[in-house]
Amino acid sequence: MEHRIGVFVCHCGTNIAGTVDVKRVAEALAKHPGVAYSTDYTYMCSDPGQNLVKDAIKKHRLTGVIVAACSPTLHEATFRRAGTSAGMNPYQVEMANVREHCSWVHQGDKEQATRKAIRTVKAMVEKAKLDEALAPIEVPLTRRALVVGGGVAGIQAALDIANAGYEVVLVERSPSIGGHMAQLSETFPTLDCSQCILTPKMVEAAQHRRIKLMTYSEVEEVAGYVGNFRVKIRKKAAYVNRDVCTGCGLCIQKCPAKTPSEFDEGLAPRKAIYTPFPQAVPNKPVLDAEHCTYFKTGKCGICKKICPVNAVDYEQKDEIVEEEVGAIVVATGFDLYPMAKMGEYGGGKIKDVVTSLQFERLLSASGPTAGEVKRPSDGKVPREVVFLTCVGSRDPEGHVPYCSKVCCMYLTKHAMLYRHKVHDGQAYLFYMDVRTGGKGYEEFYQRASEEDDVLYVRGKVSKIFEEDGKVVVWGVDTLTGKKVEIAADLAVMGLAMVPSAAAQDLANKLKIHTDEWGFLSEAHPKLRPVESLAPGFYLAGAAQGPKDIPEAVSQASGAASKVAALFAEKVYQREPVIACIDEDLCAGCRICVSVCPYDAAEFDEEKKVARIQEAICEGCGACIAACPSGSAQQKNLTDDQIYNMVSAVLED
Amino acid sequence: MFEPRIVCFFCRWCTYAGADLAGTSRKQYPPNGVVVRVNCSGRVDPQHILWAFHEGADGVLVGGCHPNDCHYQDGNYKTMRRVALLKPLLKQMGIEPDRLRLEWISAAEGEKLVHVMSDFVDTVRSLGPLEYGPIAERVGGRRTVATGPGRPQAKPPKKAAARGAKKAVAKRGAKRPAPAKKARAKKTAKKTPRTARKRTR
Repeated sequence: MEHRIGVFVCHCGTNIAGTVDVKRVAEALAKHPGVAYSTDYTYMCSDPGQNLVKDAIKKHRLTGVIVAACSPTLHEATFRRAGTSAGMNPYQVEMANVREHCSWVHQGDKEQATRKAIRTVKAMVEKAKLDEALAPIEVPLTRRALVVGGGVAGIQAALDIANAGYEVVLVERSPSIGGHMAQLSETFPTLDCSQCILTPKMVEAAQHRRIKLMTYSEVEEVAGYVGNFRVKIRKKAAYVNRDVCTGCGLCIQKCPAKTPSEFDEGLAPRKAIYTPFPQAVPNKPVLDAEHCTYFKTGKCGICKKICPVNAVDYEQKDEIVEEEVGAIVVATGFDLYPMAKMGEYGGGKIKDVVTSLQFERLLSASGPTAGEVKRPSDGKVPREVVFLTCVGSRDPEGHVPYCSKVCCMYLTKHAMLYRHKVHDGQAYLFYMDVRTGGKGYEEFYQRASEEDDVLYVRGKVSKIFEEDGKVVVWGVDTLTGKKVEIAADLAVMGLAMVPSAAAQDLANKLKIHTDEWGFLSEAHPKLRPVESLAPGFYLAGAAQGPKDIPEAVSQASGAASKVAALFAEKVYQREPVIACIDEDLCAGCRICVSVCPYDAAEFDEEKKVARIQEAICEGCGACIAACPSGSAQQKNLTDDQIYNMVSAVLED
Repeated sequence: MFEPRIVCFFCRWCTYAGADLAGTSRKQYPPNGVVVRVNCSGRVDPQHILWAFHEGADGVLVGGCHPNDCHYQDGNYKTMRRVALLKPLLKQMGIEPDRLRLEWISAAEGEKLVHVMSDFVDTVRSLGPLEYGPIAERVGGRRTVATGPGRPQAKPPKKAAARGAKKAVAKRGAKRPAPAKKARAKKTAKKTPRTARKRTR
């Protein structure tokens, strides 16, 4: 067949043209065998640029198109659509990455960058010559979503998907949904009571007829692909039959074993059989075997004896539940950076140096002090409180380099609320910069410093230590250049937000990417912020990066709408670039069957050859590299195509 | 100064995306390597690597996901084993094993990609150009002549069969002792073109 490939070199303004001599690339490719048309243009992805491609396809009867521009992750879909509208098969339109892999990384060397660009484009031309016309594989779609994480983002995503008419499985690791937001006292900048706005949503999620709530459960394993995931969920043994339990709370009252409460951040005890907090959803207790007297000594059993409905069951085991879903929203949230790593601030050993979440509990009306600010060591009302921003954040040498985004605001809120409760108290707030990007945030900050007399000190605290029952803070005021020493009663740490502890493990199970700090990576930082690069996975909330509540909620709604859009399709179309086997060449050795991670390669006993099941194959190519006869090939990335690409790369 | 030519086989999920990140972060590295994108590092057949050396590459870099991070579960482990087995083979052929490198570079590791790329270019530069032809003669191998893109085809047209087959033997012979196997394929050997020799049934 005669090859008539069209090459379209994009300038990307000066992004490519600034480093790569685009004219020379276009001219060099025009001479390449099989290239029928070659040109360059300022912005190939713009409307006129796309029209240029479309017109050339028709005018020059092109059999393949190479757009030498940005990474295929960005605009491959754009140009494939353009190609389709001009009557070309989308799988014969390819991108040559001369921006991310060339012009942006070789800015000092125009000659070499240009030569590399030419090689890159030539390689893609060679690939395109053997590209076949393919049709996407249509697979059925399970219109059911899994939401992992029951914080505010997860709840919002679940509600939005359910309200769009699709079933949702909401999985939460702890005994109740609500997440960190349930721990907060009041929220900036409106000072709404956090529980007052959250608990109705929690109840709504639990009672929604399309939401299946699974608390005290963890995702164990995920198999399958977008539209057809099979998820194994471990329902941890609660030792309470939660279907029978009425939530009367008698067992909690009578339980003799105590341990620090996670919900109260260790400031108050909880029982071994417990609900995390009184408004928990579902409001039914779980038994924590690690701290239970019965499990430790074999004696006690009070909860079992006292339970009026006989719901306590010491024999209960973890249970694995399998669910089929079509899309997965990951909203695993955040943790605070461990105080133990902040040695200069006492490393978590000084009682009156508290984390921001602990201070939220001290401020909360439902907290251990019923909303009165009392310091943990002796229960006295602190007269001087120091608030520290950027504890761990923005510290590339020692801790994490990123800004945790919300600390300036919540510490301002803390200082303000403290002043509302202790009128004669003094609040100091050490800051590097006060970042108040958000609606009403700057006004809130102004209010704190002007009306509530919070003293903002620009500088970093070098050391905190205990002396005579005081928490001594050594810092520097960089505006006056003077050292500051405050003998305070309490210090509050605005610790960095880090991804929640189990998030990395989950990300590995789901095979979705995280950044170097463990936050989930979005498909594109600007244009696809709620999707993962792996199809079928969507991101919501602080699992993707530090966020405040409104942002987490809007991202959750965004993810939910993406899921709804996916489910609104009749069938899901999968990429057809999968493996296939030439039965004439296959010797029936079954190596492909043994290497296939998805069991997509099967052996046909009758014909004594292997076969690929199209609906299952993911196109990884493991079988192709393993096939000794060369009968297994990948569609549109055959061995011949790879050989030709390699040769083209090394041609000149 | 000698500028080595390097072929980079990058998996699309991790290393290719890592290279994209290096680009968006405007990190700078030497322009010696050109990327061939594959879905998974497990797709990289040792023959692709040998072909690259045959076609004049001075070095081959294979980039995949970190262990346990493979988008396709365990493709990177397959690569790890293949590369480990291929290295001594390269040595036998007179190609320094350091000319082949396997690296795990995640989508978040633009910095690592820059580091690996620069370091590998330095390594290969210090090894000097790979002159595969003389090496092949020295170790008694058959030297094939590279005439542009063309190599063993799965099903060569009848006339070209003999020529195509010869090439296949020369190259594939490097990977595994094909002749012994062929001898075992009894009656099909005559009828079938030699490149399609594996059909033993």
